[in-house]
Amino acid sequence: MTTSFTGPERHDHSEHQPEPGDHGRQGSDLINLGDGHHEGSGALPERFENPGLPEHVHRLGDDDPAAAKRSERQVASLFGVSMLATLLFVISYIVVGKGEIVTLPLIGATKALHVALGVTLGISLLCIGLGAVHWAKTLMSDTEVVEERHTLRSPDEDREGTVKILTDSAESTQLTRRPLIKYSLGGALGLFVVPLGLQLVGSLGPLPHDNLGVTLWDRKLNGKGRRLMRDPENTPIRLSDVTLGSVFHVLPEGIDDVQNPQDAKVKAAVLLVSMQESDIKNAKEASWGIQGVVAYSKICTHVGCPVGLYEHTTHHLLCPCHQSTFDMTNDCEVIFGPAKRRLPQLKISVNDAGYLVADQGFQEPVGPSFWERA
Amino acid sequence: MTSDAHTGTGRPADALRGDDETSTAPKKKGGGAVGGVANWMDERTGGAKGIRYLMNKVFPDHWSFMLGEVAMYSLIILLITGTFLTFWYVPSMGETIYHGSYTPLQGQQMSEAYKSTVDISMDVRGGLLIRQIHHWAALLFLVAIMLHMFRVFFTGAFRKPREINWVIGVLLFMLAMVEGFAGYSLPDDLLSGTGIRAAQGFMLSIPVIGSYVAYFVFGGAFPGSEIIPRLFTVHVLLLPAIIMGLFAAHMILLIVHKHTQFPGPGRSDHNVVGFKLMPVYTAKAGGFFFIVFGITALISGLVTINPIWMYGPYEPTMVTAGAQPDWYMGFADGALRLSPGWWEFTLLGHTFSLNVMIGAILLIPVIFTALGVYPFLEAWITGDKREHHLLDRPRNAPTRTAIGMGFIAFYFVLFVASGNDIMAITLHLSINDITHVMQASIFILPPLVFWITKRLCMSLQRSDRDLVLHGKESGRLIRTAEGRFFEAHTPLSEHDRWRLVSYETHRPIAAPTEADSNGVGRRQIAKDKMRARLSHFYFNDRIEAITPAELAAAHHDGQAFESIESAEDGDRLEIDSDEFDHHMHGGAEELSSGHAYSHPQDQEPS
Amino acid sequence: MSSLAAQRRHPASIVLVLLLGLVITGGLYALLAPSSAGAAVGSSSDLKSGKSLFLANCATCHGVNADGRENNPSLVGVGAAAVDFQVSSGRMPLSNPSVQAARNSSNVQFTSTQIKQLAEYVASLGAGPAIPSSKYTSLGGNIAKGGELFRVNCAMCHNFAGSGGALTRGKYAPNLMDVSGKQMYEAMLTGPQSMPVFNDTNLSPQDKKDVIAYLKNVKNEPSQGGHTLGNLGPVTEGMFAWTIGIGLLIGAAVWLGRKAA
Repeated sequence: MTTSFTGPERHDHSEHQPEPGDHGRQGSDLINLGDGHHEGSGALPERFENPGLPEHVHRLGDDDPAAAKRSERQVASLFGVSMLATLLFVISYIVVGKGEIVTLPLIGATKALHVALGVTLGISLLCIGLGAVHWAKTLMSDTEVVEERHTLRSPDEDREGTVKILTDSAESTQLTRRPLIKYSLGGALGLFVVPLGLQLVGSLGPLPHDNLGVTLWDRKLNGKGRRLMRDPENTPIRLSDVTLGSVFHVLPEGIDDVQNPQDAKVKAAVLLVSMQESDIKNAKEASWGIQGVVAYSKICTHVGCPVGLYEHTTHHLLCPCHQSTFDMTNDCEVIFGPAKRRLPQLKISVNDAGYLVADQGFQEPVGPSFWERA
Repeated sequence: MTSDAHTGTGRPADALRGDDETSTAPKKKGGGAVGGVANWMDERTGGAKGIRYLMNKVFPDHWSFMLGEVAMYSLIILLITGTFLTFWYVPSMGETIYHGSYTPLQGQQMSEAYKSTVDISMDVRGGLLIRQIHHWAALLFLVAIMLHMFRVFFTGAFRKPREINWVIGVLLFMLAMVEGFAGYSLPDDLLSGTGIRAAQGFMLSIPVIGSYVAYFVFGGAFPGSEIIPRLFTVHVLLLPAIIMGLFAAHMILLIVHKHTQFPGPGRSDHNVVGFKLMPVYTAKAGGFFFIVFGITALISGLVTINPIWMYGPYEPTMVTAGAQPDWYMGFADGALRLSPGWWEFTLLGHTFSLNVMIGAILLIPVIFTALGVYPFLEAWITGDKREHHLLDRPRNAPTRTAIGMGFIAFYFVLFVASGNDIMAITLHLSINDITHVMQASIFILPPLVFWITKRLCMSLQRSDRDLVLHGKESGRLIRTAEGRFFEAHTPLSEHDRWRLVSYETHRPIAAPTEADSNGVGRRQIAKDKMRARLSHFYFNDRIEAITPAELAAAHHDGQAFESIESAEDGDRLEIDSDEFDHHMHGGAEELSSGHAYSHPQDQEPS
Repeated sequence: MSSLAAQRRHPASIVLVLLLGLVITGGLYALLAPSSAGAAVGSSSDLKSGKSLFLANCATCHGVNADGRENNPSLVGVGAAAVDFQVSSGRMPLSNPSVQAARNSSNVQFTSTQIKQLAEYVASLGAGPAIPSSKYTSLGGNIAKGGELFRVNCAMCHNFAGSGGALTRGKYAPNLMDVSGKQMYEAMLTGPQSMPVFNDTNLSPQDKKDVIAYLKNVKNEPSQGGHTLGNLGPVTEGMFAWTIGIGLLIGAAVWLGRKAA
């Protein structure tokens, strides 16, 4: 378990002739010093010696009062500019109108108030900083100071004393001799967080039950399947509206009447597209749609982003969050990206009034996978 | 027992723990009003001793030591601007209709959180500036933390006695990320809402308890009405409190340990060379706070960040192209983008979403655990129990530097992958191709970068050796009697030389032999063997510092003049390493086990 | 595009023509072209010039009868709006076949009259969406409503500010900032390249006008808080923080740590 460092033991350089009798430590082979490159005892140290701090080099201002004066003026000017900028900030805050526009190079037209406040505040602060640092660098002493370090370890006396207090305490409390107290105390201390933890965790939220597997499409409206409605106009859609190459963003009828519309939208959002019926490769997909018009969940099976990037030429559906790509001609199977499962399809039909309607909900949970899903 | 590790002897700090102040009356009242106040305070707090000690603390100068300060000052800026923002921000998901001054959102339904953020941006005078300072400072805070961590890692500043501070720093980094994500989510805009949506998907992927976690965190189904108020509490109360506590501990340990310093003449493990806190570092560090604040304010005045009014309010059915988190969460998002779908499978009637869980749930704790453990691992491998206050130059710890760079390469690939869609449009590439290249890079790049870095470090060490042996090129040509040309070299001054020769190199430890293992448990033998193997991995290839003897020998050989056409010279000096097949110059040998020049002690562990 | 559009000569006949069109197409397809301009049957001289322009510039790829060749689509039934969109944006004639034809203002090879003639000729081959009336392509829509519609229907591809976004395999949704209102309208109506169709029952002419108003506002409204960094979201912000932001701070730190002259 020992490790060596290059300090005490140098390895042998076989090119050089070792000369026994040198004063290296424990047989380290030193090198023939040869002629008068080095003077001295003939012995070389194992390592170079730390030469100590280099000689202090004076700055301009240390010797030249004019340079010091110049620094003083620079520092004072920076502080002066800071004050000026602060003043301008106050004036801008009071004077510049909220709607005023200024056109700046690189940035273009932008709100004058915002830029004025930002720039004046920035300059005001920056100049204080620059002034202070410049002052420290040019006028304050730049002679380096050496502070000694001391080992962090406490003296043995203190360490032993500490241990002794602890062992004495164990002795005087009789903790070691009375295991009954020891274990019951441990148990009590171990358990006291349970009420607090239970209260917190238990009251944070309801249990999921089967909530993740149910969408608004499952709930009939007045005993009938819900119509497909345009998002955000909330108007019903006729089959004839969905012309070839179209994509409709769809929510179920009555979404605004449920208790938490946002919670319902997350699961019920649907994408309705129209393709050539002959492009559809999957028999179930074709039969759950009408004349090439099919409806799929818009919620990604990866982590739940809305999958809306529909390419009507390739019929690929891309998720903007993590690039999972679904093939809409083949029952939305995953052809690229981190998602595993197909998007669930919504079976649609046309009701008596000619509107698209979903007779049944999704036949599997929509959105991201979860433990109880399978 | 090292229960009182802070107590040293003979340090000024001990004065603080000495006898209580016993003087009964002020002896003098110099210094006018200030002196009077100081006297009043000191008689009631005894603070003068501590303040005197603090004001005498010495800090070394180096730009990289300011990275931590950038982080600290960003934190202060965040606290100031964050407090401002709480006065206008409404942490509520209650629905409301916008009738404010920003036309493009007129009449839109939105949460009160979003509306109040738009109001801060549009109607509160200077409110947008404060918001942008807050957000830019958050990005810079994490950039600075990360760079500060790199500096500490690559210079070995995490070594004893600073391991605890390293672990605190790693924790701070992780908490800062979570804090940032919580803050990014508060405006409830379309982009951050998509982020929370994904976060709920992440929670669902946790085996067994995933859906319970999600329902408890969100107070029911997503999005519910609880998440924003809860994130607000986490963002302004819980995490800031923990961060400030850890930050205080970080600073106290810094003061106890004193700052590390780079090697140089006059500097050693037993001192610290620099400038006192008062006055020089008060001016420099205090001034630097204003510089950081000033630059952040300037950026915030001139560059838009997180234009939530453009994103629009969060609606679960909407999404925008280019949906990304802030940069510090990018690597986890990138990991998700690179994960293949087949990592999700069904087993025994349950869904295992490893395609989500690995990147979103496991990656962050795994990376941060690895970071936290590293100092202890390296200490175990080296067996080095000494205190280190002198930093390593990164080149002088080639394996560590290479491991760090390999890790950065790994992180970088994930980070870049999270911007694959933006890369695709700005560079006109296929997003699919980018993703495939990244998937391959995550396996290829880290080892490649490791190897390149290690070789680079060692060639830098060799050139250091060269410089010590042969001095600097003087530019003066000398012609010998035979007509050969030499360039005269000026030897280094001892101050210049010291920086190059003062480092130490560990050597690999030997594997335990049969004889050693008598009476030792099999587990211990396996541990020792593992340690020997790791030690070999770390230190087998190494270049040691020039010794006075080597320098003397070089002078003796007349190498103060180096041949320009050094074919002859090179033949003599260059040694092939069987492992890497490269050449070395100027008497720098790579020390390698089994090598003709290796020390007998360095035998390859069998 | 094989959809049929109602054709009419006079605005007053709009309802009648719509009903007629619905009957003709068996109730399957209905497209409410908002405009009376650019009707498929123009003057015979315009048709003639259009045909000669077509034969000279388009027939190589799309065929002499515009019925498509190999991978090149048929233009029968695409309508005048599609021709006007593709040609006036410089996408067609395609100079350099790639994944997708890019908007290219330097590739606009025809005068507006010529484009109109070309569009009329193609429209005469089969009914399709007509060039929209300026009533719906000029400013004046409801910006807020347009923004909401944009975020539901468009932002997932074109990004929240119309800055564009990536699609699969090198395809992309282009930046919309320099697109004219007419071209936006035509794109929604005809669904060029990967873009799906947003017919008038999906986004009504007024809806389209609102979307256009929103995008024009994004382009014209002053930035609220300085440089927008291209409105690309957190990626460019992160890059800025990692380059200029931390660069300035490190620069200050280097200056601070260096000994004064």
